[in-house]
Amino acid sequence: MAMLNFEYKYRVRGGTLVGGDLFDFWVGPFYVGFFGVTTAFFSLVGTLLIIWGAAIGPTWNVWRINIAPPDLSYGLGFAPLREGGLWQWITFCALGAFCSWALRMVEIARKLGMGLHVPIAFSGAILAYFTLEVIRPVLMGGWGHGFPYGILSHLDWVSNVGYQHLQFHYNPAHMIAVTFFFTTTFILAMHGGAVLSSLNPPGDEPVKTSAHEDSFFRDLIVYSIGPLGIHRLGWFCAINAGVWSAICIVISGPLWTRGWPEWWNWWLNLPFWR
Amino acid sequence: MRALTAPLELVALALRYSLAGIVAHPWRTRAWVVGLIAIALVFAFGSTLERLPVTSVQLGYRGTAMEAEYNPRLLKPEIEANRLLPALPAVPDAGIPSSKAYKNIKVLQTADANQFLRQMGAFANWINPAAGCAYCHSLNNMASDSLYTKTVTRRMIQMTREINTNWKAHVGGVGVTCYTCHRGNSIPQNVWFTEPPPGAGHGLAETGTGQGSPDKASGLTTLASDPFTPFLLNAMPIRVTGVSDLNIGNNASTKQAEWTYGLMMHFATSLGVACTYCHNTNNFASWDQGTPNRVPAWYGIRMVRDLNRNYMLPLTNVFPAGRKGPMGDVAKINCATCHQGAYKPFYGASDLAAYPLLAQRNTP
Repeated sequence: MAMLNFEYKYRVRGGTLVGGDLFDFWVGPFYVGFFGVTTAFFSLVGTLLIIWGAAIGPTWNVWRINIAPPDLSYGLGFAPLREGGLWQWITFCALGAFCSWALRMVEIARKLGMGLHVPIAFSGAILAYFTLEVIRPVLMGGWGHGFPYGILSHLDWVSNVGYQHLQFHYNPAHMIAVTFFFTTTFILAMHGGAVLSSLNPPGDEPVKTSAHEDSFFRDLIVYSIGPLGIHRLGWFCAINAGVWSAICIVISGPLWTRGWPEWWNWWLNLPFWR
Repeated sequence: MRALTAPLELVALALRYSLAGIVAHPWRTRAWVVGLIAIALVFAFGSTLERLPVTSVQLGYRGTAMEAEYNPRLLKPEIEANRLLPALPAVPDAGIPSSKAYKNIKVLQTADANQFLRQMGAFANWINPAAGCAYCHSLNNMASDSLYTKTVTRRMIQMTREINTNWKAHVGGVGVTCYTCHRGNSIPQNVWFTEPPPGAGHGLAETGTGQGSPDKASGLTTLASDPFTPFLLNAMPIRVTGVSDLNIGNNASTKQAEWTYGLMMHFATSLGVACTYCHNTNNFASWDQGTPNRVPAWYGIRMVRDLNRNYMLPLTNVFPAGRKGPMGDVAKINCATCHQGAYKPFYGASDLAAYPLLAQRNTP
């Protein structure tokens, strides 16, 4: 496969964490590396296990394929493959693949002399998954508390866990997580809009620069965070969205078994007005 | 003098050096301040939460998250608070019915006179142990109907029998006695009255529709403040979801859903369970995906309506004004009246067998 003219600049040797030069090569446009190999391995095994689970299940309808965790009676032990064991091994493979991918990002960042912003951001998402499928089930004493693998079935799980606490929107960490999710997507949309409009001015006008973007937002909301700042803010909000998601679910069950509306009684019980 | 000022000098020195530190290392200072605030917030937030370990009961197929979660430290006082009284010792029959032994017997007239007396003793223990017989009877003339409480009690005995014989679909073999609701209180602790129309503005953020203020009736949400009048006295439709895929022809509003949600919050908090005790929330209306617990709950709604309409409402004029609600209505029943936080009253313990007079069918 032909390389683009700027790609040579990025194909730097070294910077690997594991394996030295052994996997330090490219296949087509893709860097391999030790963690590329482990990513491929875990992804393949995990996907095949999902297909196996679908094959022994009642349906091939992609919406309804469901690979569920074990019954709570198995606690934190191993379950037979057909009764939740597949879910356990798929979870293991998924975490293997996600962590390998993050470490591959680290190797690429080292090759390019970049900071670790990208793998750290991705780790926020891995943390949310790890919290849902490992930390919370371990704290509650059973793998059966994890969510199942299935397009509709995992949504049913989300719904039931929410209603387990009567009204999940009263979960304070959920409020913060949702706010970060909305904020990060909102500022991404605004930033994308600003970039696209500066690069695509009407008629024969020359392309605009960040000075115009700054002026636009200063006119609109009296402040512009600037072309560097917007990326730092986006990074901060995106990571916080994932981290607060992890917090909001890890406290639901292990640290709060009641309805979330009741949590707010600390406010009603403050000595000023109780 | 030196000894006295030394600590002050130390404080002054510390302040001077920390100020100098802030000026010299603003970034490091900021990190410390942010770190300390974060630690303080984590501790403050943590103090509002429960602690491990927790227990759970699986209620549905694995992976559906249909389960009941309990914190044993919170459950323990609940179990302590929901214990039956020891049953009164059995007594031999007198051989004559109460109607022959006593005057003015209207409900328990066929009961053996000794069993009748034993039952009367239990009533006193259950309802007002301090006042005893005198709560319902004029001690000068026990047969007199001069106290309204006696009239109420007669009707309540009939209601208890009605529950134990005609509402087995809800109470099963466990049944109820007066103590199920009264627990030693002349007025059960969990009764309800029709609330004044919303917009009375009790809360800072309360809106004209009664929202924005936490309602105990709706599980401390800001949903309906009185979900009982429409559903547990009147028979307004509780279901708001449509039956067809695209919800065709269903005109139920979000507001109606909030009333239903409020009622369901009452169910959950009264029984110490969550929605998934009866429902798979992917389709609340579906009986196929719900749990068997939903069946007695369905009958429970009908039972409470029946009791409120046919037993409580007719007593409205018997009660003195002080016993009535803000709208002048009689005290009424909801799920919490009997359940009091337990999924089954007294967590399924029953002493109805020790009081067979309450398990008999009402004589027409």
